[in-house]
Amino acid sequence: MKIKKVKGKSAKARESQIWQLRLYVMESTLKSEQAFANLKQFCETHLKGCYRIKVIDLLKQPQLAKGDQILAIPTVVRQLPKPVRTVIGTLSDFERVLAGLDLRATT
Amino acid sequence: MKQSPPKPRNTRNSGKEKVISMKKPPSRAKPKMFPLPKCPTGIQGLDEITGGGLPRGRPTLICGGAGCGKTLLAAEFLVRGTTQFDEPGVFMSFEETEPELRANVASLGFELAALVRRKQILVDHVRIERSEFQETGEYDLEGLFVRLGHAIDTIGAKRVVLDTLEALFASLPNEAILRAELRRLFRWLKEKGVTAVITAERGIGQLTRHGLEEYVSDCVILLDHRVNDQIATRHLRVVKYRGALHGTNEFPFLIGDDGISVLPITSLSLNHKVSNERIATGIPRLDAMLGGKGFFRGSSILLTGTPGTGKTIVSANFAHAAARRGERVLFFSFEESPQQIIRNLHSIGLRLDPLVKRGLLRFHSARPSLYGLEMHLATMFKEIATFKPQVVIVDPITSLMDAGTDSECKAMITRLIDFLKAAQITTLFTSLTQGGHALQQSEASMSSLMDSWLLLQDFEGNGERNRVFYVLKARGMAHSNQIREFLISNHGIDIVDAYIGASGVLTGSARVAQEDLRKAAVLTNQQQAAGLKREVERKRTAIERQISGLRSDYESEAEELRRIAEQVSSSTLMLTTERAASSRLRQADTNVVASTRARATHNGRANS
Repeated sequence: MKIKKVKGKSAKARESQIWQLRLYVMESTLKSEQAFANLKQFCETHLKGCYRIKVIDLLKQPQLAKGDQILAIPTVVRQLPKPVRTVIGTLSDFERVLAGLDLRATT
Repeated sequence: MKQSPPKPRNTRNSGKEKVISMKKPPSRAKPKMFPLPKCPTGIQGLDEITGGGLPRGRPTLICGGAGCGKTLLAAEFLVRGTTQFDEPGVFMSFEETEPELRANVASLGFELAALVRRKQILVDHVRIERSEFQETGEYDLEGLFVRLGHAIDTIGAKRVVLDTLEALFASLPNEAILRAELRRLFRWLKEKGVTAVITAERGIGQLTRHGLEEYVSDCVILLDHRVNDQIATRHLRVVKYRGALHGTNEFPFLIGDDGISVLPITSLSLNHKVSNERIATGIPRLDAMLGGKGFFRGSSILLTGTPGTGKTIVSANFAHAAARRGERVLFFSFEESPQQIIRNLHSIGLRLDPLVKRGLLRFHSARPSLYGLEMHLATMFKEIATFKPQVVIVDPITSLMDAGTDSECKAMITRLIDFLKAAQITTLFTSLTQGGHALQQSEASMSSLMDSWLLLQDFEGNGERNRVFYVLKARGMAHSNQIREFLISNHGIDIVDAYIGASGVLTGSARVAQEDLRKAAVLTNQQQAAGLKREVERKRTAIERQISGLRSDYESEAEELRRIAEQVSSSTLMLTTERAASSRLRQADTNVVASTRARATHNGRANS
């Protein structure tokens, strides 16, 4: 269940700056699909080539919900770079996703 | 959600069977209209109020202000669920972390860590910080459902606690979504068949701050922490319990070192068993005043008196006698520390410390102002429940009355007496009166609850105070109507008859003086009688002497008379013989006759 999207352009320096994102969903609901599509589009726009998305289906792995303190579905958790940031919802508003993932500060 | 959780252990199945078997009777006994199944909480008193526990398989809302014990009640519900009813539980905490929770409930004697280790309780701390996340677009709380569902399935939970769900309102900005999801959550919990407890903060003008009562409508319990006259008391009230009868009053409860106990005493009825056994008071004369046998077992005894009349001493004697018989005695002291009582009673020759060492006598001392009336009552109940005494002494009950209003006090004493009578415990209450008759009357309300009433009083007069004592009432036994004087000496208590005379009741030195007077009078009487006796004796001897004088006179006269008579008879005899002789000598000279007569006269004189 890992949809990795790695595109190291070239530089090794960026390797440390690869964004690791986790998307928590419930299998194939409309909202989950929307969220995944939105996240992918967002990352392609803002983090092209230096991100990884791990999609976790809580129906299959409910025990993982505790670790990242998941309440809402869908939820995106930025694992790296630290600190952990969380955005909930279908990620329809990119401005808020930018703020939520704190993208501007790190890039 | 189905495949991943490691299948719950056997305990779960057994738990389930139990649930089913408990649920069965209602369906089978349908015509009997069996009430809805209940889930016992195991919390002292709460099950009595709710008629068996919380509604099984439904959510219950517990609301109350800060610090009134919501979390503890919820935690106890879970812990007792596992330990007493073999029903595992999930604690989902939105505020406290697991270590915090563990520490908090450890103070109540609950070993949460062990239960967690044995997979009987699962604690899930949901941490959600408003500052740490953004929301964008639509979402739902399926994550929470998944977590909860996973937790329930992991340990096969029957009970669930959501401790303060309202924290979500602070964290999640979209209230519309939240409310919709909560509604769904409660429905989901019902479908799951778990008995859930949801805690919520008390709101202004409504039960909860965010109106959760709108969603959880099966059972609502309101907790309250009120300060009255600087003394705080916790109260519990079942606001609503759909489909069941329940106590509607406010019941005081307390959080002690073994959890929560609610005091649903007013639910007790007035049909306790009675005993015909009589128990001695430890003061033989008092037993004699009470028909010779003492009090009934299980009766309530009131001992009133002004300060320093010896109430504690009488009660300690009672305690001592009971403990010597091998009964357990619990002594609640609200004035003196145990050591002080032991020392003071030693001074009158009553040794209590060996009884304490043997575990027959237990003291419980507390300042009345330490906490509220209900707390005192609850503490007393707990002490009684753990120590299981046959005799309880409350010294003095009036100290407790300062801790509450009159009606509260009466209610409390009623509860206490009901409780004690139901357990067949003989109870002695001492009551301090301020002197004067008005106060005695004000205590009449309390006395109606009492079976026996002894009065200790001070008598002032002659520059001294003396104690007297009488039995005011003693239900169901013949008892003395007399006032007795009550003496306290090195050897203990002595009850003596007070002197009752024309000038009223005399006590103390007046009584002694009166006794002396009486003794003196008796002595004088005795002396007078002795004098009289002597006089009579003297007279008798005098008379006897006279009689004997007279008799001797008489005898001498009688002798004289006899002598004369003899003389007469002998001279007569002589005359006749002389005459015979002379007749024989007729022939002789007359001179011979004359000389013979002279000789005869001479002979007669010699004869006499």
